Parts: sequence; C-alpha cells; structure tokens
Amino acid sequence: MALNWFKLSSPATFYPLAGTLIPWFAAGAAILAAIGLWLGFGVAPTDFQQGEVYRIIFIHVPSAWLSMFLYVVMAFWGALALGFGTRLSGMMAQAIAPTGALMTFVALWTGALWGRPTWGTYWAWDARMTSELILLFLYLGIIALRQAIGDPRRADRACAVLSIVGVVNIPIIYYSVKWWNTLHQGASVKLTGSSMETTMLTGMLVMSFAFWFYSIAVVLARVRAIIVERERDTAWVGALPEVKA
Amino acid sequence: MSAPAPSTAATVSPVPPDGALAGVRWALARDLKLAFRSRAELGVQLLFYVIVVTLFPLATTPERNLLSTMGPGVLWVASLLASLLSLPRLFATDHADGTLEQIALSPYALEALVSGKIAAHWLTTGLPVVLLAPMLGLQYYMDGESLTVLAAGLLIGTPILSLLGAIGAALTLGLKGGGGLLALLILPLYVPVLIFGAGAVDAVRAGLGATANLSLLGAGLALAVVGAPFAAAAAVRIALD
Repeated sequence: MALNWFKLSSPATFYPLAGTLIPWFAAGAAILAAIGLWLGFGVAPTDFQQGEVYRIIFIHVPSAWLSMFLYVVMAFWGALALGFGTRLSGMMAQAIAPTGALMTFVALWTGALWGRPTWGTYWAWDARMTSELILLFLYLGIIALRQAIGDPRRADRACAVLSIVGVVNIPIIYYSVKWWNTLHQGASVKLTGSSMETTMLTGMLVMSFAFWFYSIAVVLARVRAIIVERERDTAWVGALPEVKA
Repeated sequence: MSAPAPSTAATVSPVPPDGALAGVRWALARDLKLAFRSRAELGVQLLFYVIVVTLFPLATTPERNLLSTMGPGVLWVASLLASLLSLPRLFATDHADGTLEQIALSPYALEALVSGKIAAHWLTTGLPVVLLAPMLGLQYYMDGESLTVLAAGLLIGTPILSLLGAIGAALTLGLKGGGGLLALLILPLYVPVLIFGAGAVDAVRAGLGATANLSLLGAGLALAVVGAPFAAAAAVRIALD
C-alpha cells in the first residue's frame, strides 16, 4: 500500500480526515474510560498498604505518562516545522500544547491528593515532582511565547526551538525516581514486568489508552480549528459548509 | 559586504569568511567594547545582585546558622536573577537599531557571531558575579571550603546561564511583555543549574564532596557550549524573518 504521507501534510486534505477520525477516537476514549474506571473502582482489589486511596493511580499515572509523551510529540512536530517548514506540523505542535499542559496539571494535582493521605503532605520538593512542575512551566512558557508572537509562522518556529531545548527535561523526569531515590516511589510498570496485581495493571493500561485517545480526539479537534483560523483566506476553507453557514 | 554598524565596529575591515573563530573574536571584541562604554549599566546590574543578596537576611532573621544554611541558595538565586536582568542587553539594542540584521548578513557564520556575543555577555555579567560571590558569602557566615565550592560552581554554572539565556533573549526579540515572558521561558531551563550549583555547596557542608555536582554542571556546560549557539542563532534568524 503506497500511502502518500506528503498529501496528508496539506491542511486541505488533513482537515476532512481529522473530521472523520475525531468521533472514532472520542468514542474509543469514552468506552475505554468506562471499562478502565469499572476495572479500577469495581474489580481491582484494595491495596494492602494504601487501602482505597491508591485508586487515584488510575488517573494519576496515565496523565503523568501523557504529560511527558505529549511533550515529546510536540517537540517532534516542532522539529518537523523547523526542518521542513510544513505548515501542518506547526499547527499540530500548537494544538498539542494546551492538552499537554492540562495532563501535567492533572498529574500534579492528583499526585498532591494522593500524597496527602499516604505521605502526609500535599507537596514535597522531591525530584520527580519538581521536574514535573518544571514541565508545566515549559508548557506554559511555550503557550505564552506563542500568544506573544503575532505572526503564526514565526510563532511555530520560535516555539519549536523552545520545545526542542526543553526536551532535555523529559529523561530527567522519567529517570528522576531512579537517579535521586527521593520520596516519590519508583516505577511500578517496567518493560521487564510489573510489581502490580494484574487487574490493577490492566485497569491502568486501559485508562492510559483512554487518556491517549482523548488527547488525540481533542488535539485533532483543536488542529481543525487552527487550520480554519489560519487558512481562512483560502478558497477551500471558504467553500467548507460549516464556514459558509 | 561592509562591516556592520560603522559607528561601533571595532577593528574588522570587509572580510572574507576566514573561519568561525575569527567571527567569535570579532563579536567578542565588539560587544566588550560596547559594554566597556556603558560601564554604568554593568555596575547597576551588579548592584542589583548585591541588593537582592542583602534583602534575605533583612527579611528573615540574621541568625548565623540559618544564614550559612541558606547562603548558597540565596547567592545562586540572585545570580540567576542578575543573569535574567542582563539578558536583554545581549540582542535587544542591536535588534532595535538594525545592527543585528547587518550582523546576520555578515559572511561569518551567525552561530560564531552569537557565540562571541554570549562570551562577551558572560565576561561582563557572569564573571563579576562569580568574583563578587565569595565576598557576599562571607556576609552569610559561609566557611572557606563552602566559599571555594560556591565560586567554582558559579564559574562553571554562570556560562550555562548566559548560553541558555541567549536562546530566550533571541526568541523574545521585539515581543510585547518581553521581560516577564523571558523569565517564564528561561527560569525553568535555569533550574538544573541552580539545583546542581547550590547542591554542590550543600554536599560539601554535609561532608559528601562536591565532585558529583560539579561534574554534572561541567557536563551541562559542555552540552550548552555545543548546542546553545546553534539554537540561539536559529532563534535570531526566526526573529529577523
């Protein structure tokens, strides 16, 4: 199958494709979230150490994973925008930033709620929390930089440079629990196996996919809005039924 | 192609590209000369550093143990703020009067010219902070070994601040709300330098030795020296488009 990727990099062809994909990913996210929450709150056993409190893991871990993953994806699209000057790449990077910031915020917030009953504190100056907080600042800085620059093409490339520089932070967050061995517990899920009960793990993975699908659906919806906004002077946008109306 | 900005151009006649180092030297000499002509501005930035450091004992209690514990952190935070305050000098005035465009058009690689400007920025704003820090550390009752490690950390760390800061300074060229935006972009990137720099002094005080922290700072410096001029030059090109 010869798929022409360059054809998809044109906003005019990507716009309708994104439109058809959004309902599928949105429905997938809803179904997966329903299954994941049922597994997490109905099936998974109570943790022998932490009791019921641990169940926030089903929100905390997926959002933390997505916060890092989305940053890398955003930097990747930024690098493409910088290297090839493709318009859509910059729009994708722009569309990802708010969702990434949201995931980072959710990860920090649920972490605080989890920390209070288990560690006795909402916040500690632990390596992983601090680096995750810096990730939030990076997202906010990128969003603020884009807001400050009027010209979208300049904003694309400036944000790309900033996000590529900031990508150094991602391995620091990921390995912080290993390198510093501070308050935050180590990873429960590794490539070599997991230290968790199977239903807990399944619930967490299903929730991760739900978060992932949600992010894709939201990013695609946002990128469609950005496309219409930026390409509003083109003939094909003018011909769209939703724009005409 | 004539040399940029005849009024301020130091020594260079119309030049063929004779290697990147010549570009570094030219930009370094030019920026040093310009900085030397506005010494008062440099003095003001240094005074800012001294005043920020002085505020902390006044805001807390001037108690000996407390001050010697928080001294390294305060001196490092003040260094970060002083560096942040001085960043607009790096490109903004050149951008405002059009010199930066001429520099970008010169036959030298922009990366080399940016490196020279960064070096000049560190020599005029970072190095004075390094030299002043041990004296201010005495006000915080820090002992000799801590002061040595503090100065060593600042000596390795402040160039990183100038290098990373150059990226932010170039990205925010000509934007509204430049100062606050620059802080939001750059301070998160400064955090690792702060952690390892202040951590080096803490490690010595705890009897662990500063080698690990200083080595990490050194690794950061090596990475920044190689990468930051390219990112900063890319950002300058984006700003000039």
